[in-house]
Amino acid sequence: MKKFYIAAIVIILLTPLGLLAPGSAWGEWGLDEIKSMIGYVPEGMSRFSEVIKAILPDYSIPGFDANFLQQALGYIFSAVVGIAAIVLIFAILGRIMGKPQRKNG
Amino acid sequence: MHIPEGYLSPQTCAVMGAAMVPVLTVAAKKVNKSFDKRDVPAMAIGSAFAFTIMMFNVPIPGGTTSHAIGATLLAITLGPWAASISLTIALFIQALLFGDGGILALGANSFNIAFIAPFVGYGIYKLMLSLKLNKVISSAIGGYVGINAAALATAIELGLQPLLFHTANGTPLYFPYGLNVAIPAMMFAHLTVAGIVEAVITGLVVYYLQKVEEESILYKFSYRLRGDNR
Repeated sequence: MKKFYIAAIVIILLTPLGLLAPGSAWGEWGLDEIKSMIGYVPEGMSRFSEVIKAILPDYSIPGFDANFLQQALGYIFSAVVGIAAIVLIFAILGRIMGKPQRKNG
Repeated sequence: MHIPEGYLSPQTCAVMGAAMVPVLTVAAKKVNKSFDKRDVPAMAIGSAFAFTIMMFNVPIPGGTTSHAIGATLLAITLGPWAASISLTIALFIQALLFGDGGILALGANSFNIAFIAPFVGYGIYKLMLSLKLNKVISSAIGGYVGINAAALATAIELGLQPLLFHTANGTPLYFPYGLNVAIPAMMFAHLTVAGIVEAVITGLVVYYLQKVEEESILYKFSYRLRGDNR
């Protein structure tokens, strides 16, 4: 159990390695990138691009991404928040999962 | 591979979302029937693992990036239906909190990453096992094919946009590149780099899970690998 938590923490602390890859994923550009690529922003793209505003956009803390250290900390923080949110959802799902008494749980 | 908001027309988003409804309904029924409550933490760990592994961007020649998704690994360890739910929840959190993939595009992204990838990967894994390959090799091949199938589905959905949705003079309303650009670009990234990363991670974790001891929290991930279907 202890080994599992240590491994999980190490993986989370290593996530900023994912920041080192330069550029965007193909097909995941921001509107400014689209504009510089094809010269305009398709109408529907700009209309729907911000249906909701992410609280940690692109796994970063807004205003706290001036250098790599800040980006890395924002990235690790995002990993922790994301995992916590996932665990929370499954905790709720586990609660509402029906008829546990008929199961071997 | 996460399609951002505004890249797909609302019509496409609706169709893909509608396609995911029966998948998730069947998945919920299957999981609720075959899983016991103790398996819920396993699904949570699988979901968190997929979420985290997708943060490790890898460079693609030509200046773009990609990442593994862990879909086939989840399908092998949790079963493909439970994997589908775990991956959908990871995608939901990515879209909601981090703007990684659109909320309206969640149906399409789930279809590609939480349905195509785990089911194709799992099918290939089973096929390789039937050809007498060992579990590590079979899972790696499954992972490679699974992520590439998802990349192809993503490329087709994107590449159809300018064909189907444009203004009267032909200007694209949404994603501007057609199939002839989208398919080669997506497949290059996933056939060369992301697919290999997915294969290596899948194979390594399967190798490790075959060895874990009973007292490990990860043991509950390995009963399928041991051939124990309970």
